[in-house]
Amino acid sequence: MKPLPLLLSLVGLLAIMVVSLCLGKYPLQLAEISSFFRQEWFGGTALPTERMELLRNLLLEIRLPRILAAALIGAALATSGAAYQAMFVNPLVSPSLLGVLSGASFGAALGMVFFKNWYEVQLASFLGGVAAVLVAVGLARVYRISGTIMLVLGGVISGALFAALLSLVKYLADPYNQLPAIVYWLMGNLSLADRTTVLRVSLPICLGLGILMLSARKLNVLSMGDEEAAALGINVQQVRLLVITAATLISALTVVIAGAVGWVGLIIPHIARMLVGPDNTTLLPVSALLGAGYLIVVDDVTRLAFAFELPIGIVTALVGIPFFMLVLGNARKGWQ
Amino acid sequence: MALISLENISFRYRRQQVIQQLDLELDDGGVLALLGPNGSGKTTLLKLMLGILHPHGGTVRLDGQDIRRIPAKERARRLAYVPQVHREAFGYRVFDVVLMGRMPHAGFLGRYGAEDRRLTDEALERMGISHLSERPYTEISGGERQMTLIARALAQGARVLVLDEPTNGLDYGNQQRLLDRLMALKQDHYTCLFTTHHPDHARRVADRVVMLQQGAILRDGSPAETVTPANVATLYGLESCTEHHHTQGEHLCCP
Repeated sequence: MKPLPLLLSLVGLLAIMVVSLCLGKYPLQLAEISSFFRQEWFGGTALPTERMELLRNLLLEIRLPRILAAALIGAALATSGAAYQAMFVNPLVSPSLLGVLSGASFGAALGMVFFKNWYEVQLASFLGGVAAVLVAVGLARVYRISGTIMLVLGGVISGALFAALLSLVKYLADPYNQLPAIVYWLMGNLSLADRTTVLRVSLPICLGLGILMLSARKLNVLSMGDEEAAALGINVQQVRLLVITAATLISALTVVIAGAVGWVGLIIPHIARMLVGPDNTTLLPVSALLGAGYLIVVDDVTRLAFAFELPIGIVTALVGIPFFMLVLGNARKGWQ
Repeated sequence: MALISLENISFRYRRQQVIQQLDLELDDGGVLALLGPNGSGKTTLLKLMLGILHPHGGTVRLDGQDIRRIPAKERARRLAYVPQVHREAFGYRVFDVVLMGRMPHAGFLGRYGAEDRRLTDEALERMGISHLSERPYTEISGGERQMTLIARALAQGARVLVLDEPTNGLDYGNQQRLLDRLMALKQDHYTCLFTTHHPDHARRVADRVVMLQQGAILRDGSPAETVTPANVATLYGLESCTEHHHTQGEHLCCP
């Protein structure tokens, strides 16, 4: 592990978070934010009560949860993307490879049609994501060929299946209320992130991130290919199951917070790899920090750049695609 | 007791039978060369011996113990695999690739210690590639990559090295250098097993040659008695082979 890049990206992320707290339709001064927190935690009377109320609502109820939501989603997608890329020995793999995003989208759409409670919709979304990955892994098992190719094909089939099921739900949904809600949600949207949800999912996401990062050295060996990893004493099936479980868990939870946010899991690991090299002990944490920072910045843009708020999934795709075309040339060199 | 013994091994991919009821015993020390045409099951046999693949019939034993009952980590401390040279997707430093050989000895979560790094440096030194240590594995030549993979096997600390076509894709000079390294390893009492497409390579370094044809053993014995023009012609389905005598030894020639 190289400590310097880690420290730099951590400092960068914290700076982005502080700046993002200031930014908004109602801009705040850094000095006022710091005196708010001082007064909130240590007491004092520098700021009048009404002002404190306003700031509390603005900072603690609106901006901070949203920044944390963006950070969690970015970190989760980027880390699971990097872990998948190492495991499948392919730098062009993304966390949605095993169909988790399609499954979670289907689950959420189904939830919006059948349930009233937002909590139930979130649960349905999470279960949908897990179901899609189980289908993918199950299909790979049916053919009794171990190895990553069958897993990838299983993921393609599972993704297509859940995309079709999603279309079915959309077709059956009430076109005046439910359909727009589903479509809007599928675009990926951080304005849905509320404090309760963010707090509820933060623990499992951090747990999943921890598991992936602790598997980093084994992932390094696994990225030499399954047979070599087995000859180097790795229990390939076991490590693969652990990584798939952790990556599925955290990517399904990002959909629970804010719908489908694409491209982060593909491009952030690339940038991180260009910066710090392929060693997963450094790559995974740096990807997490860069992913978090990146999504916070993109969210700031969606909030501020236009008169209306743009769904973040659209922006990550519009930024991600041209960027991906730029790095593709560089990525290809590695595996030709 | 044999170091590795294959007892009545059968293996198939789907419906295609690759290995047919094969028996083979490998003793401690020395170099064994596995010769055979494409598709004769050489690589499959290596993977069965390594415990990476499992036979559909028969048993593979390592020091008399069923290899399926030996934990992966323990197995990796005794047997090291040198795969065919490949291009890696990710540009790990050569040092880090060799360090991966220490995985079976690493502690909780695969943490490497100072001893692991020292042995890695030693393995690099031994293969004469210390100067490449910081270079990305994706940017060195095929010969250098092969040396890196052997260094990794040495770092692994196993006394048995299983090499899959180590001379494949190397230029003439690198082939000779590689064979010299194999000879040096033999002198250091490593047990080596390698597959090759060159009967001459088998003759130059091996103490024992096994000729494999369609998943069964055609000949098994010393290089002098196995690598003969007649046997080589039979093995590869050629009309005839002749022997050429040079100052540095004989070479087979098959027109």
